[in-house]
Amino acid sequence: MRFLKNIVTLLAAFSLVLLSGTGMVQAKDTLKIGSFLAVTGPASFLGDPELKTLQMYIEEINAKGGINGHKIEFVHYDTKGKAKEAKNFVNRLIKKDKVDVIIGGTTSGNSLAVIDIVEKAKVPFISLAGSIKIVEPVKKWVFKTPHTDKMAAEKIFADMKKRGIKKAALITGNGGFDKSGRAQCLALAPKYGIEIVADEKYGNADTDMTTQLTKIRATDAQAIINFGFGKAPAIVAKNIKQLGIKLPVYESHGVASKKFIELAGDAANGIRLPAAALIVADQLSDKDPQKKVLLAYKKKYEAKYGPVSTFGGHAYDALFITVEAVKRAGTIDRAKIRDEIEKTHGFVGTGGIFNMSPTDHLGLNLDAFKMIEIQNGNWKLLY
Amino acid sequence: MKRLSGFAIFAAVCLLLPVIFPDNYYVTVVGLTIFVNVTLAVSLNLLMGYAGQISLGHAAFFGLGAYSSAILTIKYGLNPWLAMIFGAALVLCLSYVLSRPILRLKGHYLAMATLGLGIIVHIFFVQADELTGGPDGISGLPTLSLFGVPIDSDIKWYFVLCSYMLLSVLFSLNIADSRAGRALSAVHGSEIAAQMMGIDTAKVKSYIFVFSALMATIAGSLFAHQQDFVSPESFSFFFSIELVTMVVLGGLGSTFGAVMGAFILSILPEVLIVFEDFEVLIFGLILMVIMIFLPEGLFVSLKNRAAIMLSKRESGS
Amino acid sequence: MDQLLQFLISGLTVGSIYALVALGFSIIYNASDVVNFAQGEFVMIGAMSAIFLMKAGLSYPLAALLAIAITAGVGLALEKFAIEPAKNATVVSTIIITIGASIFLRGAALLIWGKEIYGLPPFTSNNPIKIGNATILPQNLWVMLGTAVTVLAVKYFFDRTKMGKAILACSYNKKAAYLVGINVKKMLLVAYGLSAALGAAAGLLVTPITFMSYGAGVMLGLKGFCAAILGGMGNSMGAVLGGILLGIVETVGAGFISSGYKDAIAFFVILLVLFIKPSGILGKGEAERV
Repeated sequence: MRFLKNIVTLLAAFSLVLLSGTGMVQAKDTLKIGSFLAVTGPASFLGDPELKTLQMYIEEINAKGGINGHKIEFVHYDTKGKAKEAKNFVNRLIKKDKVDVIIGGTTSGNSLAVIDIVEKAKVPFISLAGSIKIVEPVKKWVFKTPHTDKMAAEKIFADMKKRGIKKAALITGNGGFDKSGRAQCLALAPKYGIEIVADEKYGNADTDMTTQLTKIRATDAQAIINFGFGKAPAIVAKNIKQLGIKLPVYESHGVASKKFIELAGDAANGIRLPAAALIVADQLSDKDPQKKVLLAYKKKYEAKYGPVSTFGGHAYDALFITVEAVKRAGTIDRAKIRDEIEKTHGFVGTGGIFNMSPTDHLGLNLDAFKMIEIQNGNWKLLY
Repeated sequence: MKRLSGFAIFAAVCLLLPVIFPDNYYVTVVGLTIFVNVTLAVSLNLLMGYAGQISLGHAAFFGLGAYSSAILTIKYGLNPWLAMIFGAALVLCLSYVLSRPILRLKGHYLAMATLGLGIIVHIFFVQADELTGGPDGISGLPTLSLFGVPIDSDIKWYFVLCSYMLLSVLFSLNIADSRAGRALSAVHGSEIAAQMMGIDTAKVKSYIFVFSALMATIAGSLFAHQQDFVSPESFSFFFSIELVTMVVLGGLGSTFGAVMGAFILSILPEVLIVFEDFEVLIFGLILMVIMIFLPEGLFVSLKNRAAIMLSKRESGS
Repeated sequence: MDQLLQFLISGLTVGSIYALVALGFSIIYNASDVVNFAQGEFVMIGAMSAIFLMKAGLSYPLAALLAIAITAGVGLALEKFAIEPAKNATVVSTIIITIGASIFLRGAALLIWGKEIYGLPPFTSNNPIKIGNATILPQNLWVMLGTAVTVLAVKYFFDRTKMGKAILACSYNKKAAYLVGINVKKMLLVAYGLSAALGAAAGLLVTPITFMSYGAGVMLGLKGFCAAILGGMGNSMGAVLGGILLGIVETVGAGFISSGYKDAIAFFVILLVLFIKPSGILGKGEAERV
């Protein structure tokens, strides 16, 4: 019966869209937040928690009467991680849905593809993707909340330096995240006195990486760095164990979800990675200002959807930076919201404490990243 | 003559739409995607429909055009039109060299070879970071100008892409009616019979392969300038398969079939968005149902049925 | 040299996965001249069903058997509701139907099982076995064993059993097969069911190594298709040879030339083979079609 009801609703929605062609009628003072996320496709494990987070909190905000009386209307499209779709949907959000703020762009490729459009249309856009290229150089209307790949590389190299590692091997996938992380590693390594002695690649849908790792084993690398997300890093971890390689292994923040540990099993133990504090929230000291925010988000998300990941946290940060900006602006004027987002100061989010400025549209420093080691199938906060 | 009257109506509708609905999202935004896809489907139909040669790598030529334009204009500061010509010249040489060995293959083996070709080109786009920008692609192409007028708005692009699309449709219709076109149909029907009639089938097939590739390349260059951005996933083998689907869905061997197939497959995702998670499922279902019940393709089947109904009415009266 | 041995072992591992998928292509092709682009989805459905049956509390072997049965059912349904009604369709139209089916099945898997990636425990121990300086996982041996057993079984089925021969007859000439009293409809059903079951078995064997998610069937299907073509479509030994060759070309290419371009190298080799031998390594040359 419920299934039937769903079908009827769907059909109704279908005909409504066909007939009206313009979507819903905009109420006078609703804040329209548009979003384009990779909810399905290879980056779905990023996009899916992002969408759930946005929906959950927008519902809550509306139930409490909105932001200063402005209810939020949420429009969302699934890009499947494709840049072409991202462009189309952002056009649709701007031209058809006429949204006031855009939050989204799960992957760096998706975010980078739409920058020109939002700049031209003058719509504030908070990206949920990692690449530093999104906010460097600074674009007037573009902001982002996740830590950058550059920060991840720096954090990893700093840790290596501490352990006295001078030579590292790189193994990365063929996605945008992987490639961008690889470029940052290659660029930053000399600054930390580290030599990259191998630069191997794999396809993200590959089933086996022992060949690349065999080549790495033949070098004099003292550590292995893997930038990637999805199932590939788990296969890399398992293959390292299979080949009996005993070197320290670093992963990126792309694997900061329990899924990675579940897939890689005991091969995950000993791997270090830089990640947002969310996954080790309960290990933070009580004095840490983030702890309260993190635990609250974790509790709320897990009550509804199951295990939390840092990726959904980026959406939380973006949403509440927007909410705070609208509160301060006292209006839903796009330009004023943009100005207030740029003035975000001391905002305690899941990713860290944000201090944005006209020259910094991210507003996080390296402290926002924690160095974490996987021990006995669990995250352990190192520092 | 009758054929061209159909074209005239089609052209008039396309050109009038933005005048009637100047601000409609479906016309000025989705319309652009549709025109690019229609052009590609029509060019692929020349190869598949008339010459009977399947290609699962058509997106590669589309991509080579787009990347040539992006790389040559941005990295080498070339004039956009010159870059487009260079891209076309590159594909001309490449497709000519490849045409003979590839078109010797038949059926599924040909499908495999073209698929492989497409994937090799795609891997090059992804892996040659320094040149192609890797998975993130290249953005910030210079604006294309036509007779001194910069093409910088959706509506201007509408007319440019629409014109190119109409040209390719006209070209395809004319080919079908020409001597070359009849030679082509012969190739599709029976290669051996065509050879008996003194047609150099290998030559005809390779010409068509090159033509079809060139049409796609130029579409790629225009697409790159319109999008202001290129990235590898627009040219993946999934898109090649989508193009084949467009051609077959509309009706293999019919120019307007390709037009209709491309139109439907471009508009469908826009409409199905409201179904969210159900979208994929419904899309696959629609594809299956059409092919099961109208195996000759939507346009061809409907046209045939209409013809039968008309002839019945005539004989009845 | 040490490296080469490991490359070959890795190639054999990956190759036997491709071979297993390629076999599924062969069976349906043998029966109906159709290249079933939903073959990769069979692999996915088999694995995902087993994963969720185990989550529901079933034992590993029981879940595996049920998963194979479920997938075979999906194969039968595909034949019954999509291929059979379209019996007048051309080969190209049938290909589009199977592409539609693969999209549909992926969509269904997305709705039923969600987007997460899952794994299965290995059949036996997870401790690598050393061969010289190279290593191999027991599960990899299971995949190879699985491939060997299936290919022999499939060969026996088509060469020795009445039903297998009848299916082959359908592929050569449907009308003639019908006239000699072969139930063509039933044979096609059997072929699809069998091929789906085989796909499911492949999924069960490879998931402990490569994990599975609703979209993972696409790449496996693609590689399987390449392997089948490389070896010669419709020849089950060819499918195995093609799969293993593809795997080895990939790993050796990655090892000695460039890991970033390994797939390009593999496709380049396939193209070369086809240019020299247009019907694949063991193919018998195809009559004019499409």
